[in-house]
Amino acid sequence: MPPALADIRNTVGNIPLEWYEDFPHIGYDLDGKRIYKPLRSRDELDHFLDKMDDPDYWRTVQDKMTGQDVRLTDEQVALVQRLQKGQFGDASYDPYEPAVDFFSGSMMIHPVTNRPADKRSFIPSLIEKEKVSRMVHAIKMGWIQPRRPRDLTPQYYDLWAQEDPSAILGRHKMHVPAPKLALPGHAESYNPPPEYLLSEEERLAWEQQEPSERKLNFLPQQFRCLRAVPAYGRFIHERFERCLDLYLCPRQRKMRVNVDPEDLIPKLPKPRDLQPFPTVQSLVYQGHSDLVRCFSVSPSGHWLASGSDDHSVRLWEVNTGRCLKTIPVSGVVKSIAWNPNPAICLIAVAVAESVLLLNPGLGDLSATSSTDQLLSAFSPPEEPARQPVEWQEASAEEHGHGLRLRICHNKPVKQVAWHGRGDYLASVVAAAEHTQVLMHQLSRRRSQSPFRRSHGQVQCVAFHPSRPFLFVASQRSLRLYHLLRQELTKKLMPNCKWVSSLAVHPQGDNVICGSYDSKLIWFDLDLSTKPYKVLRHHKKALRAVAFHPRYPLFASGSDDGSVIVCHGMVYNDLLQNPLLVPVKVLKGHTMHRDLGVLDVSFHPTQPWLFSSGADGTLRLFT
Amino acid sequence: MGGLEKKKYERGSATNYITRNKARKKLQLSLADFRRLCILKGIYPHEPKHKKKVNKGSTAARTFYLLKDIKFLLHEPIVNKFRDYKVFVRKLRKAYGKSEWNTVERLKDNKPVYKLDHIIKERYPTFIDALRDLDDALSMCFLFSTFPRTGKCHVQTIQLCRRLTVEFLNYIITSRALRKVFLSIKGIYYQAEVLGQPVVWITPYAFSHNHPTDVDYRVMATFTEFYTTLLGFVNFRLYQTLNLQYPPKLEGPKDKDGDDEAYAMDSESSLEKLSALSASLARVMVPVTEEEAEMDEFPADGENAEQEEGLRKEREAQDRHKRLFEGLKFFLNREVPREALAFIIRSFGGDVSWDRSLCIGATYDEKEPSITHQIVDRPLQPTPVIGRCYVQPQWVFDSVNGRLRLPVEDYFPGVLLPPHLSPFVTEKEGDYVPPEKLKLLALQRGETPGNATESEEEESEEDEGEGGDEEEEEEDEEGSEKEDEAKLKVMEEQRTLGKKPQVTMGTLDKRRQLPQEEENEAKRLAIMTMRKREKYLYDKIMYGKRRKVREANKLAQKRKAHDEAVKAEKKKKKKAQA
Repeated sequence: MPPALADIRNTVGNIPLEWYEDFPHIGYDLDGKRIYKPLRSRDELDHFLDKMDDPDYWRTVQDKMTGQDVRLTDEQVALVQRLQKGQFGDASYDPYEPAVDFFSGSMMIHPVTNRPADKRSFIPSLIEKEKVSRMVHAIKMGWIQPRRPRDLTPQYYDLWAQEDPSAILGRHKMHVPAPKLALPGHAESYNPPPEYLLSEEERLAWEQQEPSERKLNFLPQQFRCLRAVPAYGRFIHERFERCLDLYLCPRQRKMRVNVDPEDLIPKLPKPRDLQPFPTVQSLVYQGHSDLVRCFSVSPSGHWLASGSDDHSVRLWEVNTGRCLKTIPVSGVVKSIAWNPNPAICLIAVAVAESVLLLNPGLGDLSATSSTDQLLSAFSPPEEPARQPVEWQEASAEEHGHGLRLRICHNKPVKQVAWHGRGDYLASVVAAAEHTQVLMHQLSRRRSQSPFRRSHGQVQCVAFHPSRPFLFVASQRSLRLYHLLRQELTKKLMPNCKWVSSLAVHPQGDNVICGSYDSKLIWFDLDLSTKPYKVLRHHKKALRAVAFHPRYPLFASGSDDGSVIVCHGMVYNDLLQNPLLVPVKVLKGHTMHRDLGVLDVSFHPTQPWLFSSGADGTLRLFT
Repeated sequence: MGGLEKKKYERGSATNYITRNKARKKLQLSLADFRRLCILKGIYPHEPKHKKKVNKGSTAARTFYLLKDIKFLLHEPIVNKFRDYKVFVRKLRKAYGKSEWNTVERLKDNKPVYKLDHIIKERYPTFIDALRDLDDALSMCFLFSTFPRTGKCHVQTIQLCRRLTVEFLNYIITSRALRKVFLSIKGIYYQAEVLGQPVVWITPYAFSHNHPTDVDYRVMATFTEFYTTLLGFVNFRLYQTLNLQYPPKLEGPKDKDGDDEAYAMDSESSLEKLSALSASLARVMVPVTEEEAEMDEFPADGENAEQEEGLRKEREAQDRHKRLFEGLKFFLNREVPREALAFIIRSFGGDVSWDRSLCIGATYDEKEPSITHQIVDRPLQPTPVIGRCYVQPQWVFDSVNGRLRLPVEDYFPGVLLPPHLSPFVTEKEGDYVPPEKLKLLALQRGETPGNATESEEEESEEDEGEGGDEEEEEEDEEGSEKEDEAKLKVMEEQRTLGKKPQVTMGTLDKRRQLPQEEENEAKRLAIMTMRKREKYLYDKIMYGKRRKVREANKLAQKRKAHDEAVKAEKKKKKKAQA
């Protein structure tokens, strides 16, 4: 190797050579001249040629420090090959040469070291001697004593020697002392009286109950003698449960309701002081073979007209209970109403799709004849107006039965109601549109439908007794219309599910309505549109309500077969609210097809009450 | 407006309560330690009135403690002991692991212990408070004293419980404080009146327990730890009030019982002899006169005279009750529960003994001629000794509850016992009263037991037992049967008549009933007008009343049916015999 070449070495020290990557030189020589890297302008072709030509190409590597190509010697190649195989680098190293123990496990007769033992190992330690002597001295003096076993038996003394009842340490007003366990009763005895033993069914029921629901937490048993009593299996359990209750159970102070139940009952005026009112059933009008849906008392109070599901209208004499007349009709009688005008003797009957006007021909002859005259005096106008219904004269045969006029609707009629003066008649039709309520004028044989819009299905209607108002009860509300001004005056909210019936107080300021959810709702029109009082006296749906025209009484009939008469006093003094007191529960009607009382009404002058029921009878209570 | 914004749940009841987990964190205790602390200090959860408010709007189920309670726990010195104990356990485990036995020994010697004296004083500031809360303590200690000496808890605890309960029983005997006893199927209930406070406890029957697996004995042990401390202090104080030595010692010279030394070691024999309950206790100083302080006579006012009279009578009755068994000598057969009976008899002034081989402390032999009652629980007695009554153990219990020595005839061995009634039931008006109770009340009033049916029954019973003058009885029976038939005939006639449509005007009757009926109807009407909420309450009260009546009726009916069945059975037997 030429010396110039051999002299080339790395002069830059141990720095990353990338720093010199972009320079042609690498470091400086002693003279401060640059040491140039060998030219590296060889391309792939040169490499290839070298590979082909040079037999040592495979053992030539580039020295990164100097940039020179170095040819590896044979030893170096062998080292690389050994390392590649995972062998030791040093060829002369033998990892498997036999091991030679320096110390064997076997005891030898001669010591390894031949050093004689120290003198101090034969002489007692002075420091230790001093320590021991000090301990001995302490023991002698009684300073050190043997460890006494601890006395674990608890010591008791008079803990409450100085007791101070006012010192309530750590207790506050919220402290609730634990309740004591209930003391055992007769049933827990080992030999209880025989009535406390459970019968077979009771025992089975006891076993099927949840342990927490049982009234007794043990089965009462009887043993012949004390010797036969076994151990109680749940003794430990019960003590444990008590422990759990004591420390886990949340405690709360509860005030027990200690009320005399008699004090809860409101103090009402005695019914005896509120007489007269009907108290006993005095007459039964028998004759109908099916439900008596409706009836009406004549304004004089002598006659009674009843309509039934057996397709007939019967006329009764009130005082005797005699059936005077039976008028067959073409269908179920839904509603019946006697004309309130005492000078006219006329009954409106709602049958199927028509309203029949009957002249029963009872009582005062002049009244009956004047009625016929009134009806026949009608002369049809020259130019017949378009009407929602058709007025028909009765045929001769029907005339014999008493039928005078027939108002034909095109839908089934549910209810008829007369105006107080007896000239106007309202009928409720089971239709979905606005033509549910129709007004008929008897003298002019004219009909009209007063409403433009419907507010749900109309249940019933009633005229105000003295002023031109019409009450219309739909399912959930009660509307009061002014007939002359033709406007809505009031809307009353009864807060019930379904209104069934309606009655107006004779003075006109109070209304009651019954509902199918067994409520009777009293409205005071002067007070508010909300109910003044809701009475839940009946157990089942109310079918009918009625006011007495003279006496302060009202009554309600229900599906539970009873009629409840209440005293409902309305005071003229506006400051005093009406006084409502139930005075009598009248029972008499028997239940039939889950229906009891279907209609109630008072006698116009006497404190008598009529009721009709599903058992096909009418009853008079006086 | 200004002012600070009011935040929810930062005032009012929400700040008075703390949940259990929060309390635990505040006290820095593990759940087990917290539980133990709560048991010892008597802290219990509270049910807040408005749970949702306290729970910060959530409805999750949580246990609430009063914040004041928890703050009160913060200052408890025992909490530090708990921590010390934790450290001790850690060190001990380490020493065991390293097999350093010296260290283990040393640590064990210095095991941290705590005392509960201050807690007792704190929870029961006065002695009466402690007496009021003694029921659970006694029941628990009696239970623990019957546990086997191995297994469930420390032997020391069991021995301590035994010692304390025996001490307590001895106190009751000496002070004659026992009032009521009841043999229930669960165990034996006792009621004593200690310084005017009724104390009730229950002891199990003397059988080995089969220990349930679903019971946490650690909780019970913690309670017992507290209860033993309480009972110890209470016993000390009670002994002091009676001028007795504490720890108790038996009366009489010591050298007398030389023969008992073979029975047990000296240390144990004293407790054993004490637990025999047959000897009286030594007093600190012998009282000069045994007489109790006489109540001073106060000049009675007109109003109070009756009350005073009643009180005086009550006191006299109680005195008589206390001396119920005085002068009687009992001998217990080996099949009867010795401890219970010895306790009861001794606490009413009787003398009691048993077979020498049965237990230590027997004072006289079976052959002793002065024995008046021998308590037997077997049907047959081979050679009865003349001059003493053989009775079943129930006689003692019923006599104590009845406050008088009942006639022994019903309690002879082998006889069907009369029912054993609970003395804890006081029948109010309208409750069902078993006929036996009525009989007992009549006896207490001093009447002879005797409405007709009962005497008849007794006669017939005697009849069965002896088989004596049967014919007479038969005739009697026949006579009564004839009468019965006649009665039946009349009844039947009435029945048949009743079915015929008869018009009977009960005008007089009606007039009498009318106001009543009117009243009833007015009430019914008034009930109709009640408001919904009041009606609900009223209905609930009335339902409860009606249920009570129904239950009483049911019991009465059952009793009637049972009696009839028994009678029919008897008749059949008689017929079979004839």
